[in-house]
Amino acid sequence: MGFPDRIERIVEITHPPAKVWAALTTAEGLASWFGNQATIDLRPGGAANMTWTGGHNVDMRVERVEEPTVFGFTWHIYGLPEDDPRRTYVEFTLEPAGAGTRLTVVESGFAQAPEDAYSTAYDGNIKGWASELAELIAYLDAA
Amino acid sequence: MPPDLEAIAEQVFVALADPSRRAILAALASGGPATATDLADRLPITRQAIAKHLAVLAEAGLVTAEPGERRRVRFRLRSAPMQVAQQFLAALARDWDGPLDALQDLLDRGES
Repeated sequence: MGFPDRIERIVEITHPPAKVWAALTTAEGLASWFGNQATIDLRPGGAANMTWTGGHNVDMRVERVEEPTVFGFTWHIYGLPEDDPRRTYVEFTLEPAGAGTRLTVVESGFAQAPEDAYSTAYDGNIKGWASELAELIAYLDAA
Repeated sequence: MPPDLEAIAEQVFVALADPSRRAILAALASGGPATATDLADRLPITRQAIAKHLAVLAEAGLVTAEPGERRRVRFRLRSAPMQVAQQFLAALARDWDGPLDALQDLLDRGES
């Protein structure tokens, strides 16, 4: 399958989970490694935002907060129109690993179907095409 | 995942691999719905080639045919397959390695 729905990375960090948790879930932390500025209301359903120098801006919605092991949020799929309702889900999982932390990040939902991908309009257009094409060719031949 | 999504994305990439079809899609994107004749006037492509490419694009669901003036068929860009292709590109373009490196650097700096 060539269409990835899910992206996963695991990194070993030589710092305890509490420290990694703070970097992931505070405005100060997020602004230090992810965005250039950040705000976060750390509770399920809470809003978060990151902006980058240059104007890029992303809104997130906090989904899971289980300190200090699971932090999840959803955000817009980059590159799709602003009004597209689809979002990917990002989940960080922190596990103690010796004196450090094994951090897993999974982003999933890239392969969601757009609302109208399978609409009857789509099928209708495909099926209706044969007669339209015949008409077009007749027109071109006559020109 | 429905297998059709990848098929839809593939059709977009196949369509975009051809310079004439890119030109037709670009003309419809910038100028709105147009007839084959309009496109032939605006692009350095023969009418016959335009008809052939429009057939490919319609089959892929990238353009739809609609009745225009004087019973002439107008073609309109259809965005849904493009959005599927964009999702595919979004997954490829998502960079987690850079931010995770930055996270490690931040924590290492904080310790020193």
